[in-house]
Amino acid sequence: MDALMNPHPYPGKLIVAEGIDGSGKTTQLQLATRYLQARGLPVFTTEWNSAELVKTITKKGKKKRSLTPMTFSLLHATDFAQRMVQNILPPLKAGMIVLADRYAYTAFARDVVRGCQRDWVRRVYQFAPRPDRAFYFNVPIDVSVDRLVSGRAKLKDYEAGMDLDLSGDIVESFGIFQSRILDEYQKIVREYELTEIDATQSIGDQQHTVRQLLDQTLAGYTPLHKEIANCRMPIAD
Amino acid sequence: MTQNFSSQRFRYMGHPMPYLPADGCTGKLIVIEGTDGCGRSTQAIMLKEWLEVQGYAVIDTGWTRSKLVGQAITDAKEGHSLHRLTYCLMYAVDLADRLEYQVIPALRSGFIVLADRYVYTAIARGIARGADKQWLRDLFGFAVQPELVFYLQLGVNDLVPRVLQACKMNYWESGLDMNYGDDLYDSFVAYQSELITQLNIMAEEYNFHCVDAKQDPKAIQRQLRKAVTAYLSNVNYLAPTAPGQQSGLV
Repeated sequence: MDALMNPHPYPGKLIVAEGIDGSGKTTQLQLATRYLQARGLPVFTTEWNSAELVKTITKKGKKKRSLTPMTFSLLHATDFAQRMVQNILPPLKAGMIVLADRYAYTAFARDVVRGCQRDWVRRVYQFAPRPDRAFYFNVPIDVSVDRLVSGRAKLKDYEAGMDLDLSGDIVESFGIFQSRILDEYQKIVREYELTEIDATQSIGDQQHTVRQLLDQTLAGYTPLHKEIANCRMPIAD
Repeated sequence: MTQNFSSQRFRYMGHPMPYLPADGCTGKLIVIEGTDGCGRSTQAIMLKEWLEVQGYAVIDTGWTRSKLVGQAITDAKEGHSLHRLTYCLMYAVDLADRLEYQVIPALRSGFIVLADRYVYTAIARGIARGADKQWLRDLFGFAVQPELVFYLQLGVNDLVPRVLQACKMNYWESGLDMNYGDDLYDSFVAYQSELITQLNIMAEEYNFHCVDAKQDPKAIQRQLRKAVTAYLSNVNYLAPTAPGQQSGLV
């Protein structure tokens, strides 16, 4: 019973943003959140790897460099399960809109590049409800490297796939690792019918497209509980 | 008779992980399954000592002992708020960690690995909590296939007094997260009965070596040793100091 392949049965709407690091998806999702809130719609947000339970373990594991592709994959799945149960399903069932920064597709891309079996990762995430709209912000690797390197102090080890011994140089490692992830994403876009957005466009142009598509997805949607429309707080962990 | 050092391939319960080594499995994985109170841990300790006396290198591994998540699982359980999916997944993390860091390296080095509980308990607990059976089997597919699985069988009525004596009728072993009712005893019986049912189903499917756990511990141990001896000689896996074995000198 693969939940990701069939529309979910809940009255709410699930919107997802995917893309490699530096694709600009977080910015686009934040702007989309503001847009929906401005329309008076009840919006909840959730981010990848944010469940308290798992964050501490992952942090410890990353520090000690003791995470393997399997344990990494399973830890993220655990985090995801926790968030699904606490942060995603309740608002969906209550007829609200959930915006997720990254989703199961991130695992499908990253974990496979790290070495996990493609079919296995998908089976682990079988419990994940299918998004009503999943955006994939497609950006070439040099653009994302530029954005990250200029925007932040330094690249993070696991983000650069340093555990895979691709290169001693972190920027080069990032390039190789994230390029492979880009290839995986292309397969996922086709497999799961994600909506691809050209992320090299200006923020404004991208957001224009995003809003149009959101309007389409939300056509005919009305919140179940009018009195909590315009609720800006995400559910706490 | 010389030891058989030919490189064997690892066998997995489902899909192997592509990045893990396929060859070099010269060790043997032996599992002891059973519910709480069946005397599993005692039997494992005795078996290990006996094997070591014969000269086999043995490591033991048990549930929730990984460095990565062992403590976190204990802590999370203190909170009584683990959803069934999270519960199953955390145990999967624990097993994956132990497999990669303890079990597989030991098997590659030719050790006997004695596992006190294995995926079967995890699957039984998951099913008892309402998780999908196929999902659980897929999830734990990365586990190395054991050579031998002993199942210390005990009915729930025999189980109860033992657990009470050991003061182990606690929240989780009673499945109180499961809504079998809020009476500790009733919940314990219902939950453990379900675990036994599931383990019995798997015993048939996976060909467990069933042992009556009501017997005297020494009698149980004799049965285990007999089976292990038979198995090891069958696969020509002799200890370095087995009688008749030549020393390493040329």
